[in-house]
Amino acid sequence: MSLRQFFAGGAMAVLPCLALAAPQSDIEAIRAEIEALKRQYEARIAALEARLAEAEQKPAAPRQEPAGNPATAFNPAISLILSGTYAHLQRDPATWRLDGFLPSGAETWPGKRSFSLGESELLLSANIDPYLRGEFMLAASPDNEVAVENAYLETLALPAGFTLKAGRFYSGIGYINEQHPHAWDFVDPPYAQQAFLGGNRAEDGVQLKWLLPTDTFFQLGLEAGRGAAFPGAERNKNGVGAWALTARLGGDVGVSHAWLAGLGFLSQRPQDRRFEAEDVNGNWVENSFSGRSRLWVASLVWKWAPEGNPKYRNFKLQGEYYRSREQGDLTYDLSHPVTDAFRRAQSGWYAQGVYQFAPRWRVGLRFDRLSAGTVEAGANGGQLPILARHDPRRVSLMADYSPSEYSRFRLQLSRDEARRDQADNQLLLQYVLSLGAHGAHAF
Amino acid sequence: MLRIVLLLLTLTALPARAGLSVFACEPEWGALVRELGGERVTVYEATSGLMDPHRIEARPSLIARARNADLLLCTGAELEVGWLPLLIRQAANPRIQPGQPGYFEAARQVNLLEVPSRIDRAEGDVHPLGNPHIQLDPRNILRVAEALAARMGELDATGRGLYETRLADFRQRWLKAITNWERQALPLKGVAVVVHHKVFTYLLHWLGMQEVAVLEPKPGIEPSAAHLGRVLEGLRQQPARLILRATYQDERAADWLGSRAHIPAVALPATVGGSPEARDLTSLFDDILRRLLAAGSQG
Repeated sequence: MSLRQFFAGGAMAVLPCLALAAPQSDIEAIRAEIEALKRQYEARIAALEARLAEAEQKPAAPRQEPAGNPATAFNPAISLILSGTYAHLQRDPATWRLDGFLPSGAETWPGKRSFSLGESELLLSANIDPYLRGEFMLAASPDNEVAVENAYLETLALPAGFTLKAGRFYSGIGYINEQHPHAWDFVDPPYAQQAFLGGNRAEDGVQLKWLLPTDTFFQLGLEAGRGAAFPGAERNKNGVGAWALTARLGGDVGVSHAWLAGLGFLSQRPQDRRFEAEDVNGNWVENSFSGRSRLWVASLVWKWAPEGNPKYRNFKLQGEYYRSREQGDLTYDLSHPVTDAFRRAQSGWYAQGVYQFAPRWRVGLRFDRLSAGTVEAGANGGQLPILARHDPRRVSLMADYSPSEYSRFRLQLSRDEARRDQADNQLLLQYVLSLGAHGAHAF
Repeated sequence: MLRIVLLLLTLTALPARAGLSVFACEPEWGALVRELGGERVTVYEATSGLMDPHRIEARPSLIARARNADLLLCTGAELEVGWLPLLIRQAANPRIQPGQPGYFEAARQVNLLEVPSRIDRAEGDVHPLGNPHIQLDPRNILRVAEALAARMGELDATGRGLYETRLADFRQRWLKAITNWERQALPLKGVAVVVHHKVFTYLLHWLGMQEVAVLEPKPGIEPSAAHLGRVLEGLRQQPARLILRATYQDERAADWLGSRAHIPAVALPATVGGSPEARDLTSLFDDILRRLLAAGSQG
């Protein structure tokens, strides 16, 4: 309803009331007066409307940003991730282990049976000044333990394509290692990441990345850290405990395809890296490894989106190959120590495809495979059954539904053969929710 | 080894080219910077006219191009919030950081419509600063052009004279074109339309057309059958003559409603390259008006 109609309507509504109180001749006079008033109003409203139209036509002055509340304007962006699962597991999850491989400390998957809270992540990030940006991520585990997953500074203004990170951050070795757990396409991480990096490997250290000035994406990275994270161990020494080198190459093929390939190398010398394992008699004993540990990771990610428009349909193919070599001494049962030479050369890979076939729906399939390779444990070989040869494998099928970009509900079915001679059929239901100012995910 | 190091060093020390290297987030700004810079600018467009600029990823190819740009030219107003902040960070290019002269947001030059009064994710994908799809009002294009030419002159002092001359030429052609389009569009004044997403707000505002319904139940949330049913019901009370969608949006919802409500569903290029006819800024508006008038005369 326009202003004009509104006033005319108002005038009409007044009329019948007046008609009850006054004789016919007076009514004529009042009617004339109202007509005059109405015309007056109409003229004034028309003038107002004309001025409004004129104001709209004028070119706008450049817009000033609203300053916001000065007390909160500089607050960091806050994002909270909530997740939870319902798990139906055929085998007791307490017995879950990657047989054939040294425990890495990441044996928290596939989690507990029945309902359980997933990891809650709190992320804060902001520019510190024109030169630095800071990011902080706290992960609260369902067992009420809090861990600082990430806390680092990142440079914004280094010349010539350099970026420096310092603090605690997810290592750039491999593709999935830099992803936060809420960005995974499956409920659980790949075996290879668990076995060789101990889950998401976060290092305390520095990372220097150099993006080359080429039209094809080409990035080189160097990381130096304390070397406390698996496959390293806490060491009370000055200097650098772990070195990592990374190279990434990426580009587009036509408008519908994009790819990213990576190669990483990690080298460190863990001293007294401890792990618990069952001995031949079924007793839990603490053991330790000291020596040299090297890891190579090759990764490839290929994405397809028709006309480069991923909203309706897209496909993502992702695969990584890990190869680890460790050489040194293994000490069995620290309460009655027996030390002998130890050497292992093992590998593993996963490949997964996720297809979004409609705006809110995706399905995915993942193959996981570890290869026990060669393990030479000398006198200790017979003592630790976990070191007996086994090639864990798993197939996972996933379907998820995302009502919006900020919520996701997932069903996953897995056939898990991590344990020797014991296949575990798993059904997992999961929600992942993102509250607040959630930043974009990397390619 | 030494040879490799030397090669890498020469790569980093590539001599600065004359003119400007521009990274344009959307094709309309790529087209505009070409109008103003001519041969003096090299332009890389991050999205094509068939892509939804809300929903792309910071792909490696984009990061590599942003690394070498002198000027990053985007819509802003959080249209690219899903990928641009990450892209700028990964590109490790201090020239294009927000606040630097090499960072230019077109939406800052115009008055934004539909600034939400309530900011809550329950309202869908709302843009707190207002509707960012400013490019379909040609008067906005001119405002952006004025500020952009000044910024280009600031970044490339040698080219300033050229940019000013080309701006003056563009302004003259553009004002004439606007008058022409407004004359052609007279029959469209007051025409009621249904839109798929609020990408045409500025176009409708300019031409005096009226938006009576939106196919998306909330911004950024795809049309559901239930919501389309309600829109169809609503059209009985308040009829519309056209249904508009951008060519990058799925046609099913618009076509479904069109066949039920017996009104034509029209796909419009939302930017340069959104249709084969929309080759540059002028032909973009020519094509939009041609499509609107053709459908309007059927409806």
